[in-house]
This record gives sequence, C-alpha cells and structure tokens, in this order.
Amino acid sequence: MNYNILIGGSAGQGVETVSAIFEKILKRQGFKIFTIKDYMSRVRGGHNFIQVRFGTEKLFSHRDEIDGIMAFNDETIELHLERLKSDGFIICDEEINFTDQRILKLPLKQTAKASGNIKAFGSVAVGSVLELLGIGQTGIENVLMEYFNSEISAQNLNAIHNGRKLVSKRCDTVPSKKDGNILINGNQAVALGALAAGCRFYSAYPMTPSTSIMNYLAEKMMDAEIVVEQAEDEIAAINMAIGASYAGARSMTGTSGGGFSLMVEALGLSGMMEIPLVIAEVQRPGPTTGFPTRTEQSDLKFVISASQGEFPRMVIALRNAEDAFYQTVRAFDIADKYQLPVILLSDQFLADSTVTSEPFDFESTKINNHICEYSSDKPYNRYEITPTGISPRLIPGGNHGITVLSDSDEHDKSGHITESADIRNQMVNKRMRKLDLLKEELQEPLFIGAEDSEVLLLAWGSLWGPVSEAVNILNEYGDSRYGALVFGDIWPLPVKLLAEKAKKAKRIINVEQNATGQLASIVSEVTGIFCDSSILKFDGRPMSSGYICSKIRGE
Amino acid sequence: MCDSSFNISETAWCPGCGDFDIISSLKEALETLGKKPHEVLVVGGIGQAAKTPQYINTNGFCGLHGRALPPAVAAKIVNSRLTVIVNTGDGDSYGEGGNHFIHNIRRNVDITHFVHNNQIYGLTKGQASPTTDISHITDIQTAGTIHEPLNPVLLAIAAGAGFVARAFSGDTKHLTSIMIEAIKYRGYSLVDILQPCVSFNKVNTFQWYSKRVYKLDESHDVTDRLKAMEKAMEWGERIPIGILYKKDKPVFNDKIEFLKDNQVLIEKEFHMEKVKSYLKDFV
Repeated sequence: MNYNILIGGSAGQGVETVSAIFEKILKRQGFKIFTIKDYMSRVRGGHNFIQVRFGTEKLFSHRDEIDGIMAFNDETIELHLERLKSDGFIICDEEINFTDQRILKLPLKQTAKASGNIKAFGSVAVGSVLELLGIGQTGIENVLMEYFNSEISAQNLNAIHNGRKLVSKRCDTVPSKKDGNILINGNQAVALGALAAGCRFYSAYPMTPSTSIMNYLAEKMMDAEIVVEQAEDEIAAINMAIGASYAGARSMTGTSGGGFSLMVEALGLSGMMEIPLVIAEVQRPGPTTGFPTRTEQSDLKFVISASQGEFPRMVIALRNAEDAFYQTVRAFDIADKYQLPVILLSDQFLADSTVTSEPFDFESTKINNHICEYSSDKPYNRYEITPTGISPRLIPGGNHGITVLSDSDEHDKSGHITESADIRNQMVNKRMRKLDLLKEELQEPLFIGAEDSEVLLLAWGSLWGPVSEAVNILNEYGDSRYGALVFGDIWPLPVKLLAEKAKKAKRIINVEQNATGQLASIVSEVTGIFCDSSILKFDGRPMSSGYICSKIRGE
Repeated sequence: MCDSSFNISETAWCPGCGDFDIISSLKEALETLGKKPHEVLVVGGIGQAAKTPQYINTNGFCGLHGRALPPAVAAKIVNSRLTVIVNTGDGDSYGEGGNHFIHNIRRNVDITHFVHNNQIYGLTKGQASPTTDISHITDIQTAGTIHEPLNPVLLAIAAGAGFVARAFSGDTKHLTSIMIEAIKYRGYSLVDILQPCVSFNKVNTFQWYSKRVYKLDESHDVTDRLKAMEKAMEWGERIPIGILYKKDKPVFNDKIEFLKDNQVLIEKEFHMEKVKSYLKDFV
C-alpha cells in the first residue's frame, strides 16, 4: 500500500511548511516516505508543489499518479488534475472556483480562524487528509512543537483536529512497523557524511540546488568545529578549500554546474599539486542558468574531463540519500589516500527529495588522513617518485626542519619548477599511476532485477530509485526478463560487471536524465559496448518509474 | 644574508630585477623575527614575483594566476601556527585577483600581502598592468594606456584594511623594517612594493622611483584614516613610502569561538560521538 499526496500553491503560501509537517507526522507513525519538491526560481508567486508519497513498504522513488491533492490555489488543481486517480480527492478552500466530482470544498480558512489562527489553513487540510485516509493522531503534537512555539503549535493542533471533523473516513491506513528511521534528503546526507569524515573546512558560494549542503554545515559550524565560509565567488571557494587541505584540514566545496565551470582551473590545481579535495557537484539543467531549481544529469562528461591537461580524478555518482552519506565519507578517504580531487555528482532530484532511511552507521566510518611518517634520517621530497605513484604527504609546519613546497608548474620531486623532459615524463607517469591502485578498489555498479536478464538497463546516480522501481514493476507484470546496472563509481568506469551482464543481454538500453546519453557514450568509449536504444529525459522534471515502464513497453 | 637558513641559490629573475631586493629583505625580516623555515608559508600566484616561494626555503605554495590570496587565508584559518605571507605581483593581486583582494580585506585573516608592483606584466613580456600609468606605450597598448591606473593603497584603506604601507625595493633597509611591522601586525596587511622591471618597464625605472620616493616620518599620523588616504593619493613627482595606515581590528580567527586565542583547527580532536548525535535532527 502506498499513497501519493500533492500539496501545491504559490511561493509564500506555506506549501513547504505544510508538507514538512505532513511528512514528519507520517514518518513518526512508521510510514516509509519519498517526497519530491518542485519549486520555481522565485521568492513569491508562481507555482510550487511537493509530492509526499508514503506507504508501508520501502519506497525507491516518486510516482506520477496522485491519490490526493491539497490545493491552496486554483492553479494547483488545473495543473495536476490529469494525474489524479479516478477515486482520488482534492481538498481545497470553499473559495476555490473549480468544478470536479473529486473536489471536497471545505471551509479551510474559516476553520483555521475558528481554531485561533487563519494562517493555519494548511493544518486544517492536513487534518482532513489524515481523516479521509484513516490515519491516527499519534505524535502530532510533538511534531508541531518542533516547528512552532507553544501558542502557534496549539492553534495548529486545533486546526488539524477541526480539519478531521470536516470529512468522514474512507479507509483505515495503518503502518506495518514502528518508526525507527531517519527522514533525510540527499544534500543533508552529503553534509552529514562530510561531518562524519571529519571535514573541517567547507568553502562555497551559494548556488541552487547545492546550497542546502552549506546550510546544514553552517548550522553545525560551532558545535562540530568546522569552518564554513561563504566565498566571494566559486573560484575563491575551491582555491580556499585547496589551501586549507594543503595546510592539513579535510576540506570540501560544493556547487552546481555553473559554479563548477568557474572552478575548473583549480580542479586541475588539486590534480597537479596532488592536494586532496572533495567537491559536490549538484546538477541542474544547463547550459548557463538553465532551469535553476530543476533536475538533470547532464554534467557527467564535463566533470570527468574538466580542466586542461591530464591528471587522475575520481567521480562518484550518488544514488540515494543513504549512498550519499557513505560515499561522501569514502570520497574523503580516497581523496586523502590518492591525493587527488574526488567529485560527488548529485542532482536536484536527489538533493531535495526526502526519504526514510535506516539510521546511518557511524561505526563503519574510520578516518585515515594517510599522512606519511616523518623520518629525519632522509631528505623529505613531497613528490617522491614511488611505485604506486603516491608520494609522501606531510602537513606544513608540523616538523622542524621540513618544508613542504607545492607548485602548479611542472615540478621535480622537491616541488621545484622544472622544464626537464625526463622529469616531466616521470611526474606525469607518477600521477597517472595512482589510477592503477584506485581501479582495484572501484565499486561495481549495483545490479537490480532478473539474474539472466534479456533486457539490461544502464543508469547512473539518482536514477537508481526510478530504475529500481521500474525493473520491479516490469518483472512483476512481465516475464521477469529485465535487469539494470546503476553506476555509483563512474570515473574511472568500473567495467567487470558491465562486461559480464552485457554479454548475456539481448538488448541494452541506457536510461538517463539528459539529451545525449552521456553514460552510453562513456561506456562505448571505454568498453566498446554499445546501447541498442536510449530512454532520455531533459525537461527538468525527474523521471519516474512509470515513465520508464511506458517507454519500454512502447518500444 | 649568505648563511640564511631561508636561502636557495637559483632563480629565474633578470639581473637587476627588484625581486632580488624584495626576497633578500623578506629573508632578513624573517631572520629578525626569529622565524624558522618550517614555521613560514610563502604563497604566490603566477608571474615573476609569484615565483618567490620557489626561491626561499620555507613552506611554499605557487598556485594559480590571481588566486594567491584564497589558499593563503584558508591555510592560515586552519593552521594558524603558520606565518603566512603572500608574495606576488601587481597583475596577480590587482588584476586577475582583484575580487579576492577586495574581499580578503573584508575577511581580515592574519596574513601579510607583499605586492611586487612594477607597474607592468613581466612574465608575459610587457603588457599594461592595473597600475601602469596612463599613456604608457606597450606592445598591446600601442597608443599608450587609456585606462586610469588603480591606486591599490587608497583602495585598501577605503575597503577597510587595517595595515597599509608602501615601500620601494631600492631601499632594502626601509623595506625590511616595513616588512617586519607588516608581519607582526595581527590581521591582513598590505605592502605595495614599488619595484623596477629592468626588462619591460622603461618608464618607471630605478632612477624614476629613486627620484620620487620619500619616507614618511613621525609627523604622519598612521591612525588617521583620512590623512592616510591623502598620503595614499600622492603620486607623480613625490611618492610617500612607509606605513600609511595602521589600526587594530578584530581578526577572522578571533571572531570564531573555536579558533580564537590561537586555537589551531587542525590540532583539534575529532569527536565522532558528537557527529553521530546529529542523526536526531532527522528522526
């Protein structure tokens, strides 16, 4: 069992607060949640909506069909009516001028006023929805107390209570288990991962949809003792993070594609100077300003090749909030171990979607800065040529008589500028050699579906959710012949499982949220495996399992 | 200075370049202050002056063109035991890095910024810099520069810098004394060092500067911001050198509870239990 409730209105009408309270009430009662946010790049007006999907079983993604709408304006109904199930409902104020047999026009504002606060009309609607679906009252007071002061929470509690009286119960909806989960979005999970990894310096310039990483870290700045610095631009942000890392702090920056474009030269600096760095790139549709608040997966080929010259880097595409947490921790470890930049590739869909997840396991996260042991009997060379390509890293200032020199020019083992052809060859080889070791610890893509699948879907990052659900649906109603590989580690590209599965598959279809099929292009370049067809979407709206299924069935 | 622990022999600078005087003054200033090589971080961007970290035995960071300040301030924020000094040129500091210059004055991290200001681009062979005087003819500005030159010391005082000085590479004794004061100052300190470029600036030569510079004496009140601006605007026949403005201001690290009183971020213990407790934000 699961329901999909859409809450919509114009910016400033409280859609965000109402849905946050609604999903928290459901989560506390033990339901599993998956919520997506659709908002416009403006502060007032426009149309914003949030879809709260909840149920008794784990949810991988959102879905298109809607069971109920809480509409705070006419537009919400007009725009989404088409997706409302025939037995669905619409709850709106009696002032709304719209006709449909599924509409329940209720005195939301009047009831709110009678409950003590006219602004609590959203809570009246929440009460009505809870009653319609037969959801209990447990824990609601506590949730409200977390959002409002005692006076306003009492008014809202009243409003929910009175909202219940406006409708009659249609069914009973009971969670299968007690709540033991956390409710978190992708950006918060990245931020929590950074804190768990001992990140001590985060510099960034605000850019949607990456900013909420900085918001959460800033909230924890004093308690966790992490410097969160809003830089004057993205160029400063990344150069600061590199400077802080050079000086011994685990450091990170975050941005979206536009800001990352500005960071590109310094990405190469991290590669050339071999200074560990973690960058979160939260994609939105481009080029340029594009769709500032919407989603896309169109920066993959850009981030794997950004910057002049050649140097090793790692790109990890984040698949869901839980993955975002663990991969962020891992990114810091890999950056330190191999002394290179690690890019965490996320997107607006993952960044803003809240999902219930098992509490993260902090015991599994161990911090190792991979700083070398200093020995006074031999001279120290920061860029010593070694069999693995990894040179001894020391923190400046920590050792008497030892200095650490790093240069963006080609340099010799001591860090001094050189124009020697021999040293150039040795240094390029040394840096690139680090990839040999890194490739040994790459994580293969996640495989979902039928073991000997005839149709193999290839996807990456946040499409994990929609693709997982699509494969389950296709195999449930079809003849169990679908499977999918969803890449997390994506550059360098892990190829073992891909080669094995591709050999067995009759058809390979790449599923990507971009216009050109960037994963398919990389796969063919690296492995010679070509996809037979593509499912692509680039309208800025997240791809649903329903969309994938209909494309596959329609083939 | 032959036996300085900061010495490295080889450089790629032109014979007669002002950079030699600046680096030897820097070494002397560091010796006088009793600094050890491992305690100092010298940061440069790209350019001739920006190669300073290559030619001095300290920790060194030669980053990107225009981007010397961001890594320098960040290094100081997290590892405040380091004495952080930026040595870089007028193009790096005021041109490509202009945005960082303005905003790091506001940030006021305890670092020192020595700008080797030769009023020309040296490494790219003689184009106008932000401080090139009007009408100066170059291979690019073939009819003479038509841009007004930037006045970096005036800009710095106006933007709120707490320590602003001007010096001349030809007077190393005076330069060294200014450098010592700048390094000792707690907060962002700027020293704009006038310096001849023997290869590409045939206008602002050693003689040109020598004839014009004069030292500010005790009669100049370094705490008077308006007077400092007046002195900062003096340019042409007479150019004042010395400390133009000096005022104590709260430093970046002292405004952050867990960094103030010389706490060193990278030496702080990490508490996993504390981070783990943040899960309660999501229940």
